[in-house]
Amino acid sequence: MSRFSPKVITANRLREGDVVYLTVDDRWTPCHHEAELLEDEAHAQLRLLEASAQKLLIVGPYLAEAKAGPNGPEPTHFREAFRTRGPSNYPHGKQADYAL
Amino acid sequence: MYSYSDFDEAFVRARVAQFTDQIERRLDGSLTEDEFRPLRLMNGLYLQLHAYMLRVAIPYGTVSPRQMRQLAMIADTWDKGYGHFTTRQNIQFNWPKLPDVPAVLTALADVEMHAIQTSGNCVRNVTADHFAGAAADEIEDPRPYAELLRQWSTDHPEFQFLPRKFKIAITGAPKDRAVTKAHDIGLRMVRNAAGETGFEVIVGGGLGRTPMIGMVVRAFLPVEDLLPYVEAVLSVYNVLGRRDNKYKARIKITLHETGQTEITRQIEARFAELKPLFGGQDQRLLADIRAAFAPPVFRTAPTDAFDAFYRADPVFRSWADTNLSPHRNDQYAIVTVSIKAHGQTPGDATSDQMRVLADLAETYGHSDLRISHEQNVILPHVHKSDLPTVHAALVKAGLGTANVGLISDIIACPGMDYCALATARSIPVAQEIALRFNELQLEHDVGPLKIKISGCINACGHHHVGHIGILGLDRAGVENYQITLGGDGSEDAVIGEKTGPGFAYDQVVPAVERIVLAYLGLRQSAEETFLQAYARVGIGPFKAALYEADARDAA
Repeated sequence: MSRFSPKVITANRLREGDVVYLTVDDRWTPCHHEAELLEDEAHAQLRLLEASAQKLLIVGPYLAEAKAGPNGPEPTHFREAFRTRGPSNYPHGKQADYAL
Repeated sequence: MYSYSDFDEAFVRARVAQFTDQIERRLDGSLTEDEFRPLRLMNGLYLQLHAYMLRVAIPYGTVSPRQMRQLAMIADTWDKGYGHFTTRQNIQFNWPKLPDVPAVLTALADVEMHAIQTSGNCVRNVTADHFAGAAADEIEDPRPYAELLRQWSTDHPEFQFLPRKFKIAITGAPKDRAVTKAHDIGLRMVRNAAGETGFEVIVGGGLGRTPMIGMVVRAFLPVEDLLPYVEAVLSVYNVLGRRDNKYKARIKITLHETGQTEITRQIEARFAELKPLFGGQDQRLLADIRAAFAPPVFRTAPTDAFDAFYRADPVFRSWADTNLSPHRNDQYAIVTVSIKAHGQTPGDATSDQMRVLADLAETYGHSDLRISHEQNVILPHVHKSDLPTVHAALVKAGLGTANVGLISDIIACPGMDYCALATARSIPVAQEIALRFNELQLEHDVGPLKIKISGCINACGHHHVGHIGILGLDRAGVENYQITLGGDGSEDAVIGEKTGPGFAYDQVVPAVERIVLAYLGLRQSAEETFLQAYARVGIGPFKAALYEADARDAA
């Protein structure tokens, strides 16, 4: 069986639609590096269940590939990297809202 | 233009109220996301990569100055000050917040607009030739028929849960500017031997995963049979179409699995049943609709100012040469306003630009505006004497780019900068190609060349029918771009041919440059267009230009 690769839980906020990540203390943060890095598969599935229950806060939670970095988890796929920032044609979205 | 009847008005208002209630129930937890999702999609509301997106229908691409100003107001009030014109004559707002959507829909309803059936497995916004009612080559304005189809298909109880989405395009001219052959149903107006007008009915075209050019199922359909015939096509598809596999659910697959002869037989049989049921009501409705599309009262005035400016001002001349098309009244011209300034996002207009367009349409354009599937805005009726003034105003608003039909007039879907389905970005590729050829000062030498870019296999950017098509894919976690050549979305529609292995993100612009330089090197004269040269020499020389340099470098 292949080894479980690290993940974070991500979703979009129900009201605003922006991208958020689940933290270890059960907050939803816009910052990828503040997310809880899930390195155990059973724990990841449990956290995903807990996230899915928060129907009034978020939409479409899923496990996204990530890796440990010096400041916290980092995305490994370009799609997830774009989701941390916003579009590349305008300074809109999180890159503007949070001065990332 | 067509104005809402009391029925339309009441229907749209009722839908706004219904969806407002559904949003409230989602926000208070009475509806789950699984329950809410199909409801919001029926009302044009998507959840994209970074935010919600609202897709607003612009039926057959026709919009009034008042509506355009309202779109600008919506962009300023609930979005980020701009809107994105799409390849299906819609406008998308990329940043609405869910609790604000009812207010947006109410503001749309105030100007007879809505987002109904811009998503979901139903008959989508009916698209039309953006030069309708103005083009010199037109047999008849197709928009009354498009409006009839819109009314018939809106909330049609039989066709709300089709196997898959269904797109209808219509043109009244022999020159096909509406890509009719790449639609589920394409309607091309023709004349029969007796000189009567009718439609050539093309079924089963479509791009996406399995690109196909549609087949003719009826060479001449009398115009009065339009609704029963289209209903027959939908009805046969609704029964035969596959619901077990969404990749095989479009009518193009049904057509190929059933066979053209058999499906035509079934359509004709169903048509024979349906026709008597219509009883002339549709024709009475059509007569009323036609009156709403009466041509404007054209002005008669000298056109000397145009001629003088054309001779004296090279910037105006360049713009006139690329952005004007022949009008059926020879004192007038059709103005295509490029929403493709070099380096800007194709199809994005700011709220200020929308207001400028509304003002120009009102003052100089008989209050008519169109959105083209090529993501530009059209002023269909401008008297030639007003063109220098219109041009100056457009330049001032950043809308004076003289590039319509040229290499930088690129169609691009939103791609992975916005779209949740995308596998790669499209917009920055379009921006960089446009900037590169502007820097080379080559595009006017190159002449007519349509580049179309999609950020996934669903092909919203129509890449299969681009003279140069670019498809962005995810190859092992890296953006990779496949190039096709020789595609054509006109009346001679053809699907482009793949060149070979794809290119990395930073190699796409150099690859396009090699293709274009190869064309300049092999064309027989400046009059031989890219597409003509491609038809003459085939893909070979372009493949050589694309790949042999790489092979030499590697050796």
